[in-house]
Amino acid sequence: MKILVCVSKTPDTTSKIAFTNGNTKFDEAGVQWIINPYDEWYALVRAIELKEKDPSIVIHLVTVGLADCDPIIRKALALGGDEAIRINTDNSDSYYIAAQIAEVAKKGGYDLILTGKETIDYNGSSIAGMVAELVDAPYVSLATLFELNGTTASITREIEGGEEVAEVSLPVVVSCQKGMAEQRIPNMRGIMAARTKPLQVAEPAAIDALTSILSFELPPAKAGVKLVSPDNVAELVRLLHEEAKAI
Amino acid sequence: MSVLIFADQTEGHIKKASFEVLSYGAALAKQMGTSAEALVLGTVTDDLAALGKYGVAKVHQVANETLNHVDAQLYAKVIAEAVTATGATVLVFSHTQTGKAVSARTAARLKAGIVTGACALPDTSNGFTVKKTVFSGKAFANISISSPIKVISLNLNSFKTVAGEGTAEVVALNVAVDASKIKITAINKIVGEVPLTEADIVVSGGRGLKGPENWGVLLDLAKELHAGTACSRPVGDAHWRPHHEHVGQTGVQIAPNLYIALGISGAIQHLAGVNRSKVIVVINKDPEAPFFKAADYGIVGDLFEVVPKLTEEIKKLHAST
Repeated sequence: MKILVCVSKTPDTTSKIAFTNGNTKFDEAGVQWIINPYDEWYALVRAIELKEKDPSIVIHLVTVGLADCDPIIRKALALGGDEAIRINTDNSDSYYIAAQIAEVAKKGGYDLILTGKETIDYNGSSIAGMVAELVDAPYVSLATLFELNGTTASITREIEGGEEVAEVSLPVVVSCQKGMAEQRIPNMRGIMAARTKPLQVAEPAAIDALTSILSFELPPAKAGVKLVSPDNVAELVRLLHEEAKAI
Repeated sequence: MSVLIFADQTEGHIKKASFEVLSYGAALAKQMGTSAEALVLGTVTDDLAALGKYGVAKVHQVANETLNHVDAQLYAKVIAEAVTATGATVLVFSHTQTGKAVSARTAARLKAGIVTGACALPDTSNGFTVKKTVFSGKAFANISISSPIKVISLNLNSFKTVAGEGTAEVVALNVAVDASKIKITAINKIVGEVPLTEADIVVSGGRGLKGPENWGVLLDLAKELHAGTACSRPVGDAHWRPHHEHVGQTGVQIAPNLYIALGISGAIQHLAGVNRSKVIVVINKDPEAPFFKAADYGIVGDLFEVVPKLTEEIKKLHAST
């Protein structure tokens, strides 16, 4: 049984968001890079838990990015991935990225492909669905629980106003969110082992990018909070009703 | 050439979020000088001709019961065929759980560029550029789509729903539907609560409430406002409230018209889940709470005294209007 976990490099959740080069590029000065939390805490850790139950499971990691992604890949290997593939490109178009991953997925013959539900930088939530389409597999999005029974997966996923439990035969593509697993810290043995685990760098396949980022903007600054005295709650209600028209 | 809008339904009714995206698609079609048409999958009890009031000329329906349940694989195939059959060049979704599952998959099938989380009408004056939220609402990106067919998934509560007069022509669309490879064994809907992502008003509580036994003040306020209820991550992690109420970076991301935060300090990860709310009210006894910097209105005070008064005042307002 082979699992492919897709991971992405993102700025730490507390990073200051700013842009350079005439607002066309994310300002990386002082930014700490992490594995996208949804990819790490939920997709990767759940794959590792499955491998702990069944040691015959092999976990491959894939990321699409330049050499500055290698530290986060090594961390993912330290947590418990067996091998990693990095597709060497910095293109940000979701179709382009998904098509690169689909190439890897088709060659590798994976039973299960896991991603986070979205990245915390571009918030696209697109890659898993696109990969599923390109490899022609069923897709279960926003999964909160995942159990394996032989070649069948039982998956709980979020739907509007609740959740549903689905059974599906492998192979399947699943996007993961809170509930799947808990964050882990790599141990020293894992970190040492990760140094010698295979990290293959592949050049991207010839795929057309369908979108491009022209510029970034920061939201207009808030006008500032209007404070109301705790002894005059009626004034807050008046403001919400008459000024903000929110109630 | 037309704008095709996916109007999502659940249990036979068109979802509220669909009215917003229909209005958006109709405005986009007008801007492009073309027609807006809707696509409905599955069987419905609502009168589809009435969707004309949101500005669509036609409603295409694939009335196959298999589609009453969302399977992204089947949906992508059917929607892609509908795009081809109608000759649409722009396809619009609402960025709901269904939209997230289906839009990207459909785009890949059509080899169409997609922008998800769009927050404004595209700029079509020179090319096709869509503004979207990035970095969990902390910034925007302007993204150009170069493919012949364009796909947009619109953030919830980011476009004004416009209901006017009008009746749409309802057209049956015959598309072959495969059997689903996914077997649904249970559906657990949360009953009696306003779904968080659809709520106009959300009242949310943090550690300042001190314990689950104190949630009464919050629930009373939420009830009076017909609001959804939410909580911060520490509250969810401590099991004071169910996990599905957790809003923030790793929880649910919401964009209601009004977000009222009670006893929440406003850590950056919490703001990432709520910063697209139109109006934010913060009630916290700590004047240094970072949330006040992101708020529109605030009260520095003891929430256990302030919130019951607030509920009373809102009751008075409701009684007088």
